[in-house]
Amino acid sequence: MSIRAEHINYLYGEGTAFEQYALKDVSFEIEDGQFIGLIGHTGSGKSTLIQHLNGLLRASSGKIYYNGEDIDQEGYDKKALRSHVGLVFQYPEHQLFEVDVFSDVCFGPKNQGLSNEVTEQRAREALIQVGLDERLWTQSPFELSGGQKRRVAIAGVLAMQPEVLILDEPTAGLDPRGRDEILDEISALHEEKGMTIILVSHSMEDIARYADRILVMSHGEKLFDAPPKEVFRHYQELERIGLAAPQITYVVRSLKEKGIALEDDITTVEEAKTAILRLLRKADGRA
Amino acid sequence: MGIIRASRLIYDYIRRDEDDHVEEVSRAIDGLDLDIKAGDFVAILGHNGSGKSTFAKQINGILLPTEGTVWISGMKTTDESHIWDIRKTAGMVFQNPDNQIIGNIVEEDVGFGPENLGVPTDEIWQRVDESLEAVGMTAYRMKSPNKLSGGQKQRVAIAGVMAMRPQCIILDEPTAMLDPNGRREVIRTVHELNQKEGITVLLITHYMEEVIEADRVIVMDDGRLVMDGTPREIFSRVKELKSYRLDVPQVTELAYELKQAGVDLPEGILTIEELTEHLLPIFRKANAL
Repeated sequence: MSIRAEHINYLYGEGTAFEQYALKDVSFEIEDGQFIGLIGHTGSGKSTLIQHLNGLLRASSGKIYYNGEDIDQEGYDKKALRSHVGLVFQYPEHQLFEVDVFSDVCFGPKNQGLSNEVTEQRAREALIQVGLDERLWTQSPFELSGGQKRRVAIAGVLAMQPEVLILDEPTAGLDPRGRDEILDEISALHEEKGMTIILVSHSMEDIARYADRILVMSHGEKLFDAPPKEVFRHYQELERIGLAAPQITYVVRSLKEKGIALEDDITTVEEAKTAILRLLRKADGRA
Repeated sequence: MGIIRASRLIYDYIRRDEDDHVEEVSRAIDGLDLDIKAGDFVAILGHNGSGKSTFAKQINGILLPTEGTVWISGMKTTDESHIWDIRKTAGMVFQNPDNQIIGNIVEEDVGFGPENLGVPTDEIWQRVDESLEAVGMTAYRMKSPNKLSGGQKQRVAIAGVMAMRPQCIILDEPTAMLDPNGRREVIRTVHELNQKEGITVLLITHYMEEVIEADRVIVMDDGRLVMDGTPREIFSRVKELKSYRLDVPQVTELAYELKQAGVDLPEGILTIEELTEHLLPIFRKANAL
């Protein structure tokens, strides 16, 4: 079970003077149950890429296979694909429209042709998964706070019970606690339900903390595809393409330069703390 | 009195039913007293719904107080005869650059504000030149805004505000949609305007590392001012910040965690250099180098 992209090209304005590659020869395979971080500068092709994965955009050339099947072959059920590969757009709360929260979350599964009973059951589960207080379920989604609205929008996609969940900057504009809460809920879906997650984010700190593999896009091409520790080691190349490493990576580099013998693949505060304390205690033990 | 002053400011969002009866009142600002000195760089932190943006909209009269008073350069925002002077004094930049750009080319977009104020043509062009120079976007003046990166678009939006010759700029999460590079560009630009042009800056943000160079940090919670101090003072109070749903930069967090574990570090470390400087003697003393 996997998503496989083979030599994807996507051109805007094909055949005109303005022809431009949005994606250029992109290939990768994402196995079931992985947590992928997708990073890249504005305009690097991230959003274009994820829209290929559930068939919203069709590659100019190249193939996408979902569980081994070519999604562009004749007769392929794209509607089913879109419920298997759930996509949460940027600022998804702008797409809420129903009179109350619960109906909004029911929209997806109802559209899949499920019975009312199953639909409501799924909506309940999805709202519980995103941690939205039951008292809010009957309220208009427009009366909720930014973080709550975003939870409702994510629940709307979860209610379709996707196998793969793609989120395009799900924490943009949220306060730090709201950001942590949403990311922890996404992480729980990954750990407890084994859901495959593709997280698009501009926060290198968040990516370092949650992803087990990072895809880096630059000008429509895949630049790196490796675990976070590996990718953030290339911080200078990342800076050249408008990105960065998490701040903690720079802290560790600065300490190393002064002779403190830390590992250079530290990417989280927790790891840095453990490593520094270990060095100090080891010295203490010798003394 | 400073350039922006609020006294016992209260603002209620009032929801009415079809017959204009009040259905619900929610208090977004609850007795705010604040005085901001001209030329300061002030960062405002607070969780979603804490009242930051509502306060920002009070400053140039988009919203008017339910109770209390807001003065901008001594002008009351409720005084209708001053509303245009107030808007010229305090310009706003919002989160999404795509919602703020209207011109087909960059210079046209920047000229829109002064043109709307009835500034003579020659002076409009002079202001466009100066504003683009101030945000470092002169090279892009004939480009189409939609060909720019997020950070560049946001700098054009800032130039558009600068062309109105404001004394004060309020930026409401200007970097929320930008990549790391765009974030750096915008924050650097705003600091330059503050230092070189003496513009008073009010920066609302959820990125803690963007506020460490501010002169003053204000934390809002439930429509009230709950913390007010220098970045070092504010970021020394890690637990309190977290109780307001906020955070500290990673380097501050690491220093705090190490201190909790018994390492002898001072409170409120803000930069990588500071942490390095304080950790080195500790390592030396422990013979751990």
